[in-house]
Amino acid sequence: MKYIRQFAIILFISFLGEVLHELLPLPVPASIYGILIMLLCLKTGIVPLRSVKDAGKFLVEIMPLLFIPAAVGLITVWDVIQPKWAIYLIITLVSTVIVMAVSGLVTQLVIRHTGKKQEEAE
Amino acid sequence: MNTFLEESAYFGVVVSLLSYELGTLLKKKWKLGIFNPLLLSTLFTIAFLLIANIDYDEYNEGAQYLSYLLTPSTVCLAIPLYENLGILKKNWKAIFAGICSGVLSSLCCILAMALLFGLSHQEYVTFLPKSITTAIGMGVSEELGGYVSITVAVIILTGVIGNALADLVFKLFRIKNPIARGVALGTSAHAVGTAKAMELGDVEGALSSLSIAVAGLMTVAAASVFAQLL
Repeated sequence: MKYIRQFAIILFISFLGEVLHELLPLPVPASIYGILIMLLCLKTGIVPLRSVKDAGKFLVEIMPLLFIPAAVGLITVWDVIQPKWAIYLIITLVSTVIVMAVSGLVTQLVIRHTGKKQEEAE
Repeated sequence: MNTFLEESAYFGVVVSLLSYELGTLLKKKWKLGIFNPLLLSTLFTIAFLLIANIDYDEYNEGAQYLSYLLTPSTVCLAIPLYENLGILKKNWKAIFAGICSGVLSSLCCILAMALLFGLSHQEYVTFLPKSITTAIGMGVSEELGGYVSITVAVIILTGVIGNALADLVFKLFRIKNPIARGVALGTSAHAVGTAKAMELGDVEGALSSLSIAVAGLMTVAAASVFAQLL
């Protein structure tokens, strides 16, 4: 029963996300609205953490698995990609690695820098 | 036999789950970043469908119920985010700087490689939203006049690559801070990267999910400027 109630709350918030996506003219997907609504509900205490925690942790844990059907869907556009697949693969591979390295390194650098400044100030 | 498999309601889910299990086993055995469960299970499932000559639509008849859970699962990313709000407040400058630099380097990188490989304008704008979450990325590609179906494919591929190469990239560039790792995964590989971040830890997962939203919205604005450049 506990899980049913938790799951119901999560689905209801997902639904509210869909409603916002329908009503607002922004290119923001329902799931992003859903994150914001859930965060707001947790922060204000409308939804206490314990009333979504178990089902929520389960859903987050199985997340990688949920991408399999979409990833397998790559075969449906193979005909379109096929003539230039090698170039497309290189672009995707190189840019993904660069973005990951740059954003990670910059974040790490700024954290270290501000950490040092705080130590000096103290 | 084939008609039975095509009509079965559970077959698609079972194939996906079994190949994921197989991917996890291989990963345990060879502890290599490339043996990524998501990457492997995708390849196994594709191989199986091709060998058994089963149409994607028929596979998806059952497998769609996995995709059905994606939105609720994404919504639940708010939980680790909520639990780590303190870290977020304390480090917001670094996090914002990291996401900004990631979004800009993504767009610059696509521009540079589009010039290098002589891509057409339409191909170029197809790739611009490649690092952001599918739902936002599709909108950007459509708006700029790209090939939306290729954009979706490239976004998924980006996620799978990011998910699979994260361990290697973090080792190579000595990115050790959990906050930095989370920002890097969410900014470069959206929700599929966040799935990896959740495996690394709660802080990584929280920052990664935040980065998806921020990087997505920043890209919406910046991509329309970059689209003018080629």
